[in-house]
Amino acid sequence: MPINTFLGVFAKSPLKPLEDHINLVHKCSQGLLPFFKAVYAQDWKTAQQHQKAISMLEKEADEIKRELRINLPMGIFMPIQRQDVLDLLTQQDKIANKAKDISGRILGRQLAIPAELHESFLEYLKRCLDATDQAKKVINELDDLLETGFRGRELRVVENMIERLDEIEDDTDRLQISLRRGLLALEKELNPVDVMFLYSIIDWVGELADISERVGSRLELMLAN
Amino acid sequence: MDIINSYGFILIVVAAAVGFLMAWGIGANDVANAMGTSVGSKALTIKQAIFIAMIFEFAGAYLAGGEVTSTIRKGIIDSAFFINTPELLVFGMISALFAAGIWLAFASYLGWPVSTTHSIIGAIVGFAAVGVSSDAVEWAKVGGIVGSWIITPAISGFIAYLIFQSAQKLIFDTDNPFESAKRYVPFYMALAGFVMALVTIKKGLKHVGLDIPADQGYFIAIGIAVLVGVLGRLYIRRIKIDPKTEKEAQFANVEKVFAVLMIVTACCMAFAHGSNDVANAIGPLAAVVSIVQSGGEIGAKSALAWWILPLGGIGIVAGLALFGHRVIKTVGNGITHLTPSRGFAAELAAATTVVIASGSGLPISTTQTLVGAVLGVGMARGIAAINLGVVRNIVVSWVITLPAGAGLSIVFFFMIKGIFAP
Repeated sequence: MPINTFLGVFAKSPLKPLEDHINLVHKCSQGLLPFFKAVYAQDWKTAQQHQKAISMLEKEADEIKRELRINLPMGIFMPIQRQDVLDLLTQQDKIANKAKDISGRILGRQLAIPAELHESFLEYLKRCLDATDQAKKVINELDDLLETGFRGRELRVVENMIERLDEIEDDTDRLQISLRRGLLALEKELNPVDVMFLYSIIDWVGELADISERVGSRLELMLAN
Repeated sequence: MDIINSYGFILIVVAAAVGFLMAWGIGANDVANAMGTSVGSKALTIKQAIFIAMIFEFAGAYLAGGEVTSTIRKGIIDSAFFINTPELLVFGMISALFAAGIWLAFASYLGWPVSTTHSIIGAIVGFAAVGVSSDAVEWAKVGGIVGSWIITPAISGFIAYLIFQSAQKLIFDTDNPFESAKRYVPFYMALAGFVMALVTIKKGLKHVGLDIPADQGYFIAIGIAVLVGVLGRLYIRRIKIDPKTEKEAQFANVEKVFAVLMIVTACCMAFAHGSNDVANAIGPLAAVVSIVQSGGEIGAKSALAWWILPLGGIGIVAGLALFGHRVIKTVGNGITHLTPSRGFAAELAAATTVVIASGSGLPISTTQTLVGAVLGVGMARGIAAINLGVVRNIVVSWVITLPAGAGLSIVFFFMIKGIFAP
């Protein structure tokens, strides 16, 4: 017997899947740390395993993305705009895609990072991953934002966190500049094609932080109305 | 006249049986609406919900159900039309009960949250307008009742918005939400207690044999409110803070306090539902009984027979006891996206609106009021996602209920008329 559907009024919350998604995306990008460790050691077998793990997590995140999109039909009334939720999701997803691209490209070309750059590259990567970590923390505040009706103290807490995210991204820009300078000094001794690819890898890693910042500013826009 | 004198007892028995069945159906079906929010937000277990519903539905029906009953019994139909043919009114009321009961069963089979109030009003208007004459209906009164169906969800939504906003201001947007919750939640409990007590005292106790003057009534209601608040405060004190880092578990602890509050608002909701909806079952029954007992005289100002309200109350409780368990279980498993702080705002607003409307004799729809309240909380950005498609379907089912109840009751009316008065 079908039961009285009054409580069907309460639709599935999009906030929980958004949080699940960013948590997965974050885990996926964190996979780059062990991946590069293997790359530094030129252990391509281990690197391949880590690449596979990253790619699996990216797929899982895609699954959540798809499900959330399906579960968000037009007739849903939410405290935040539907379009904002979808945009936010798209941005979050790009982080995982980028992590997959970076690891895939390195592995495909068996592109070694010059030993002179190991230290500064790792520092740069860690800072960029700090940005995705901060983005994850910000998105995980959505629960509490809902509790407080998207206003008041909790809103200011989130705004401060987003500000912090912007600062981290600024840091990565600085680190990127010095890393490029380091690579420039080494250019002559390296294979020119490898150098081109190294530049693009540096760009892509930087994009992890850029996109994370964009996740933050998307959320800020979402909260502004 | 002859018909009533010779078949009087049978007619009363038939009406009582159908009325009891209708009450039973109300108990079995509406309990999901009345208690679902509490169970859905995990403030109550199913057993607790059934237990609360049984006590407070009965109390509401018995103590505050009289006013709406008299509206349904006498307010919709112009009795002057039936002075010479009182048996038609008796047949009509019985067929209205039949019609509403069957429509209710059918709708709940399909899973439509129709309003029992809508079906009985539609049924009564149907048999009177088509079976007798369109002048037999007090259209002005019916217009008022239908108007109330539009206004009450709006009022309830507005109250829910205000309650939710006040809880945000006083509790959530403070330095220490948990402490604020402990401080202010007893006041909301007292408010719920006050509303229930006041309506009971002003409208209900007369037919139980107690007549309390108005000013004393207010004092007693305030006294009860204070008592509820103090008990609530004592109970809340015993809540233990989750020892996780205070940032993480802060709102989880606050919700625990609200879960206690929801026990009170669930009582309030059950009480409100009983007071308003029992009339749908026993209003027509009361009309039948009073006509038959006065030997066919309609104008007679007879009091409500003593056994009628308890019969309706027991009917509702019986429905709850038999089917409530299954209904609530399905409902409770369905949703997890409602926290006690939202559920309480919706429930308290809906219950307040229903109780006040019942006190003024307006037969409004409990489901409708609750949907209005939920939308009110949604407007305050309190609910993650409301399915407007479902809201639209519910509204459609309400609109369909009126002609459906009317049509069925017309059919039954001519059938019963054919059986007793060929």
